[in-house]
Amino acid sequence: MVYSDIHDQAMQPNSFMTSNVETTVSVNQVSRYYDKLLAVNNLSFSMQRGEILGLLGPNGAGKSTTMQMITGNLAPSSGQISINQFDILDDPKQAKLELGYLPEKPPLYADFKVDEFLLFCAKLNRISKSHQNKAIDSAKQRCALGDVGSRLIGNLSKGYQQRVGIAQAIIHNPALIIFDEPTVGLDPIQIREIRQLIRELGKEHAVILSTHILPEVTSTCDRVLIINKGELVLTESTEGLQKRMFSSSLLVGFHQPPDKQTLLQFDGISEVDKVRDNVFRLHHDPDIDPSDSIVVSSVNEGWKLFELTPEKLSLEEVFLEITTTETHENKTTSAMESI
Amino acid sequence: MILTLASKEIRSLFLSPLAWSILAILQFVFGYLFLGQLDLFLQVQPRLAALNDAPGLTEIVVAPMFTNAAIMLLLVMPLLTMRLISDEKRLNTMSLLLSAPISITEIIIGKYLGIITFIIIMLAIMSLMPLSLLLGGNLDFGMVASGFLALFLLLSSFTAVGLYMSTLTSQPTIAATSSFGLLVLLWMVDWATELTGNATTSVMQYLSLLQHYQPLISGIFKSSDIIYYLLFIITFLILSIRRLDAHRLQH
Repeated sequence: MVYSDIHDQAMQPNSFMTSNVETTVSVNQVSRYYDKLLAVNNLSFSMQRGEILGLLGPNGAGKSTTMQMITGNLAPSSGQISINQFDILDDPKQAKLELGYLPEKPPLYADFKVDEFLLFCAKLNRISKSHQNKAIDSAKQRCALGDVGSRLIGNLSKGYQQRVGIAQAIIHNPALIIFDEPTVGLDPIQIREIRQLIRELGKEHAVILSTHILPEVTSTCDRVLIINKGELVLTESTEGLQKRMFSSSLLVGFHQPPDKQTLLQFDGISEVDKVRDNVFRLHHDPDIDPSDSIVVSSVNEGWKLFELTPEKLSLEEVFLEITTTETHENKTTSAMESI
Repeated sequence: MILTLASKEIRSLFLSPLAWSILAILQFVFGYLFLGQLDLFLQVQPRLAALNDAPGLTEIVVAPMFTNAAIMLLLVMPLLTMRLISDEKRLNTMSLLLSAPISITEIIIGKYLGIITFIIIMLAIMSLMPLSLLLGGNLDFGMVASGFLALFLLLSSFTAVGLYMSTLTSQPTIAATSSFGLLVLLWMVDWATELTGNATTSVMQYLSLLQHYQPLISGIFKSSDIIYYLLFIITFLILSIRRLDAHRLQH
């Protein structure tokens, strides 16, 4: 790539920030207000090529706003975003060369033919004349658009339009590809195909995917960011998320807690995390339930057990727990006030 | 990059029936008016021959064509420019341009040049009518050229206003209506002050689009008129750029 040389030089002063793996996107303490409404609050994350990042959150959580800021469609109220070390506000052209974006509604000109549209996108992304045809062919081939090249975009089905939208985003082989809810409104077969395509793209590109469909995350993403009310509430690898779902755990609270070692000696307990003062999460073998022996020991040793909650969560529950606890509490208080 | 956008714009125009029907209908109306003027000229020709310093073919036939064209196109140009930005916003295609390695200035200038290309095509077709007079007469080429330059500058100004109005709304019809309103206002801003004759008159006259058009089509070439149009165009292009840029910012 032509840009890698420039990029290496530009990276030198910052090399202490990155180890030997190059950071494709870095989002640093980004906030965005709409008038007085805080849509995204102090969000930070970074990612590398070869990673698929799922952006998860309920409607209105700030997913689309975040994506629009990364793609330069919106300017952040504060904070920095850089793509391949190029700041999106200071060096927008360099940054956007390495960026492909598919918004929620695919940006297509209905009265263009697929080939014409892709040629326009190729030119728009500064692909040199000699490479344009190759780029169009490979984008069409990857998105299985081979036989619709001469059809009008407006006459294509929703699934095909979505694929043209993806082709548009990958035509210039960018380092970062951003998909905003790419499978909405597609039939199950198309959904499977598009997920397959995204997984494939994730091998050589950095892919950010926003969705509120939970199985999509486990089936495609490597890492998940959960956003609620503009704030990052969880960042976790998909395996970590799976672990939260399937490995059973107990939440226990003692007024006179024993040390971790003592807790680890119970049958079947594999891991002890301190959640907050006096409250621990005990990960245990799903087949052995240690709650009974903990209660017995607590009584005998005087640990003063005050909480014992079994945690067995589906992904939906993990998501709901993370995103709605706060809302729920707020609602309760406001309901109380109104009484 | 600018040319890519300009050619996309001209392609979109010709993909819709609007551009074709505008060209056809305008040509028909201009042809009818032109024929009327030509008829008039043939009627008065014997009497003109008797006069000293009589107005010629160009003054009688070609100059009125530019006046008619300006008024007709005041109605038509907003229809051509209304979709420029508002359609991109309405159909959510703006993000395609905004996330491409291209600046907002390039987007605005590219779209502007697209319509300018259309204007050149339209003027080229129009120029066939006065040129056809060469078959049987002589033309004052300086005056014809000055007229075409005037019409070109005027239409370029209309386009700049239309482009700006199109950045303000996502409804093409609102963009068309408001640019039509502003153009009419700028066209006749000096009418109201014509009678009173106070100090504001000269300012209003200077602002009026018409005041700078009339001298040019009657063959009087003043650089101040040209500069007026250029300033007018640049002002509205800068306003459009700033307006489009403001979409990204906090609001």
